[in-house]
Amino acid sequence: MVTINIDGKNYQVEPKNNLLQTVLSLGLDLPYFCWHPAMGSVGSCRQCAVKKYADENDQKGRIVMACMEPVVDGMRISLNDPEVKKFRENIIELLMTNHPHDCPVCDEGGECHLQDMTLMSGHNYRRFEFNKRTHNNQYLGPFINHEMNRCIACYRCVRFYREYAGGRDFNVFASRNRVFFGRYEDGVLESEFSGNLVEICPTGVFTDKTYKKHYTRKWDLTTAPSICHNCSLGCNIIAGERYGAIRRIASRYNGKVNGYFICDRGRFGYEYVNSDQRIKEPLRRGQASGQLEPVDVSTAFEFVKNIVSKKGKILGIGSPKASVESNFALQKFVGKENFFAGVSGPEHRLTLKAMDIMQNGPSNVPSLKETEKADVVLVLGEDVTNTAPMLALSLRQASRVKPMELPIKMNIPTWHELAAMELIQDERGPFFVLTPSETKLDDVATATYRNAPDNIARMGFAIAHEIDHNAPAVEDLTEEEKKLAKQIADELVAAKKPLIVSGTSLLNEKILEAAANIGRAIDKKEKIANLFFVLPEANSFGLAMLEDKALDQALQAAENNKYDAVVILENDLYRRLPASEADRLLNSAGKVVALHYLQNQTTEKADLVIPVGPFTESDGTLINNEGRAQRFFQVFYPQETIKESWRWLAGFMEDNGLVGEDELVNLDDLINAVVSDYPAISAIKEAAPGSQFRINGQKIPRASHRFSGRTSINAMCRSANQNHRKMQILPCPLPWKATMDRCRRPPCRVSGTLAGIRYRLLISFKLKLAADCMAVIPAYVCLNRAWKMNLIILKKCRPCSKHKKTTGWPFRSICFTAATNSAVLRPALKN
Amino acid sequence: MERPLTERIRPGETNWLADYQKAGGYEGLKAALKMTPREVQEVVKQSNLRGRGGAGFPTGLKWSFVPLGDDAPRPKYLIANGDEMEPGTFKDRLLLEGDPHQLIEGMIISAYAIQAEVGYIFLRWAYKKAEHVINKALAEAYQAGLLGKNILGSGFNFDLYLHTSAGRYICGEETALINSLEGKRANPRAKPPFPQTSGLFGKPSIVNNIETLCNVPHILHHGPDWYHSISHSVDGGTKIFGVSGKVKNPGLWELPLGVTLREVLEEKAGGMREGLKFKGLLPGGASTDFLTEQHLDIKLDYKGVEQAGSRLGTGTMIVLDDQTCVVGMVHNLEQFFAQESCGWCTPCRDGLPWTRNILWTIENGQGKMEDLEILEGMTKTLAPGNTFCALAPGAMEPLQSALKYFREDFERHIKEKRCPWRS
Repeated sequence: MVTINIDGKNYQVEPKNNLLQTVLSLGLDLPYFCWHPAMGSVGSCRQCAVKKYADENDQKGRIVMACMEPVVDGMRISLNDPEVKKFRENIIELLMTNHPHDCPVCDEGGECHLQDMTLMSGHNYRRFEFNKRTHNNQYLGPFINHEMNRCIACYRCVRFYREYAGGRDFNVFASRNRVFFGRYEDGVLESEFSGNLVEICPTGVFTDKTYKKHYTRKWDLTTAPSICHNCSLGCNIIAGERYGAIRRIASRYNGKVNGYFICDRGRFGYEYVNSDQRIKEPLRRGQASGQLEPVDVSTAFEFVKNIVSKKGKILGIGSPKASVESNFALQKFVGKENFFAGVSGPEHRLTLKAMDIMQNGPSNVPSLKETEKADVVLVLGEDVTNTAPMLALSLRQASRVKPMELPIKMNIPTWHELAAMELIQDERGPFFVLTPSETKLDDVATATYRNAPDNIARMGFAIAHEIDHNAPAVEDLTEEEKKLAKQIADELVAAKKPLIVSGTSLLNEKILEAAANIGRAIDKKEKIANLFFVLPEANSFGLAMLEDKALDQALQAAENNKYDAVVILENDLYRRLPASEADRLLNSAGKVVALHYLQNQTTEKADLVIPVGPFTESDGTLINNEGRAQRFFQVFYPQETIKESWRWLAGFMEDNGLVGEDELVNLDDLINAVVSDYPAISAIKEAAPGSQFRINGQKIPRASHRFSGRTSINAMCRSANQNHRKMQILPCPLPWKATMDRCRRPPCRVSGTLAGIRYRLLISFKLKLAADCMAVIPAYVCLNRAWKMNLIILKKCRPCSKHKKTTGWPFRSICFTAATNSAVLRPALKN
Repeated sequence: MERPLTERIRPGETNWLADYQKAGGYEGLKAALKMTPREVQEVVKQSNLRGRGGAGFPTGLKWSFVPLGDDAPRPKYLIANGDEMEPGTFKDRLLLEGDPHQLIEGMIISAYAIQAEVGYIFLRWAYKKAEHVINKALAEAYQAGLLGKNILGSGFNFDLYLHTSAGRYICGEETALINSLEGKRANPRAKPPFPQTSGLFGKPSIVNNIETLCNVPHILHHGPDWYHSISHSVDGGTKIFGVSGKVKNPGLWELPLGVTLREVLEEKAGGMREGLKFKGLLPGGASTDFLTEQHLDIKLDYKGVEQAGSRLGTGTMIVLDDQTCVVGMVHNLEQFFAQESCGWCTPCRDGLPWTRNILWTIENGQGKMEDLEILEGMTKTLAPGNTFCALAPGAMEPLQSALKYFREDFERHIKEKRCPWRS
């Protein structure tokens, strides 16, 4: 800790960051553009100027850029010196000379960093009287809209796209005030992370085209903290809805998982929620027509009652895409012995194997964010860009860890991006990719190895043997293979934080074993290896925690036992099994009841189809590939026939007297039931605050403070006027409230009396710097090295208050005032 | 008066290797190779040679920051900055076209002093003749064993290459030059770290001006004491001064540092043309402050010009006469600087075009008094330290001094709503 003096006041701070970040962490306001916490400082926008004084007696001081200044003990600076304030105002004025005044029609409006900074810097009168420079826009594909005239040339986009994400088809062209950011010609952006341009851009140059297609103003969106369902990593997202349709997905900062970014699949892969193929009411196969016909909810309940009341045996098939609660509800409904994971046998057994290695095996299981810190990376058999895209982004950062030792040695701080990158040039750390075919990470790889899955496993065993000669040896390796195995082994042993990435995508158990062997071998060298496994789907881990049996056993059971019905939860068997086997299963299990949100081959065969909500219309918990339980929340309430799967199933149980009345009414009840049946995953309870959570007696507004002036209100918390008495929704059984309306005082406020302006500003939505309480309440808990949430509710929650000091990132510290995590343990899983 | 740099140069001719050696060439190299690198650095330090590219940083001191010894990062680089694009400056061209081996010898000695293995001559794209001359001279030097492996049997290896620029003014900034040489955008880099520790391809590098490097052989050949003796100033050696503008005899002269401005202007350049009166001049290229009548007796060395409120810069002056519009002249300069901004930092990228636009409106009789306030504000916003590199502060120097010395001219434009110098 060192002491710095800002405008006559002393602060204790950690000297590890640059001055700008330190100042922001203290809760003080300082405008900036080009700096980004994930991408460091480059000093191009000149916006974060502060006055720096040489010593106590220096009255004049000199202007420096805070982002380029290291924090040193005893430094004296001023943010409010008139000269430097004037300078910052002048810089904004210069940035605005060419910026169009199209905020009323700009997609960025309402969330615009430039708007905020302009207001903060106090520039409000235009002196520039000349023509603005204009650019031609490019077609950048179906996802990203390009509007170059709005560009303020902060260089964030090109730095993210090329340097951070490794894209090649995007660049900065031309010079002077005609710099152009785009592709060399029109065309679809090739990077899997191009969507982040939308958030990285401080203004509206890059905007979300899918959002534009069904446009609404940002402040009219109803949003909820959610979890991406598109792969096993569980990136944190914010889903935004208006008039019953999802309008956009944005990233939600989580310092343990995805950080600031998400991949394009997560950001743009939401349109199925708005699809024509949605199932919106119960469908029953008509006896006369043989076709699926809409029926009312009570008919659906009767249908189920008919089966249950005849003491019928029901087969339940879960889903790795559905929440823990929904799977649990089905399991409880049909009985444990009749419940099967809705995954092919080999895949499920691989998942169990990976989990077994994580829980009982060697080595540490890092979080996604921790993988960025690995100095040697071995990718064993997994094309991560396809199976877990954000992991590819993290590994790309890891490839810079080892070369970054050089700048550190030369006293160049790691946040000094420009200097560090010039020093390390194209140097990339030890990075090995062993996959059957080319991957997009090959460009940072030290060496690649292309072979069939079994041979990749053999290489894995060979590496383990090289590290620890007690590990089984591999015969018949070629000289080259031996050399490579030796090279990889040497690097792994020499590493400070070796990381082995593997996964289930090749359906090869030996690869997982090989990865475990390498981990075990490294552990013997008195080092801790990091093992990171990619699993097949969003809740593969959660489903496997509930159930060992998979579809091959389900088929067997269906054919051996006489089942009266099969209930299939959010699944399409035709994508899990060969069509012939799926047919056999459906034909041998009596009546088919399918709970799903989209029509598919399975629902077509069903006798009863139950309309359920996808992730945007239901609450639940997912457990990601590293065993981290994360809660996603309902974004909006759809038409009354659509309910969460677990709510339908709880309704069936109550209707048939399987559970007591009002025993399973809301998510809290479900979670309590899961916890009592499965103590091993009791931590899911701590994944997020329960429905009774309040700060200052208030629910947490889901809109950010700046959205307090909504043009109209979508009455989110409707009164309980439901068709079916069994399924009354308590008004808003969540810790969230829909808007800022009637929010007397925002529970989490970032104050800023800025430049004499009365506005209370939020620093930046973009960086989740305290913008949304919603964004920062950690809706996650790690089962793996489990977290226990300790909710401390302060009388006056001023998260960015000066008393917070710099306990690290502002973003992390913000609402941790309200919800603090402390570590528990990993053995909780071992039962 | 001694003119070590230019005495061998005959206009329109080139001294090839034989001529150069006959006139005592490569003697300095032989002397240097007998010393240790540190000793060579020490000799240059004692000579008080200062950079001739504009900033005037002591050359020996600059070299001393390069890590020496076995554990220093390799390879190290020496770069000759021949991207002479400062408006009004044409001194390096003379040296490059007339006496290429002087530069090559200077580079070998300098490379030896910092133990660099590789050298580049970064040449302005428009210097086609110089390109041809250097290529031929490099071939001669390789042939004679002066470049390549084991130079003159000393065991020292040095490879020298010519790189012709794509033609941007900003490449004259040493770190932008390095980026350009790496094949990247010619944006300046953050300093620190300085190129001496992290330069070309992340390795220790030295960037010196052509004229600076041309001084080195003579210092090594004749010693630092001699070098001091040929100067009229505390700064060692001679300097090539140039005058352009409406004088009787524009041109270049190698003169001792410390001659007076009047001497250069009146004796060498022959004074103003008939019917014209001297009004002011930019002493060291376009990015220096105006000097006026009152400064004519200052000594032309680094300190002397600085005390007068300007910079010695490249030592090549642009003279303004009373029949030329100062607003038009400054507008022309700002047009150049706005054009040549790399676009990296805000003040330069967006401030210079605005400055140029305002000057254009004033020149065309549409200016307002408030415009002068904006211009003055701009000179403060674009001051040294506020921008990423020195381009924009350099661009502000002629403007701020014009506003200081010739404010009436600006005001006349605004009041008369036209340019008084145009009929």
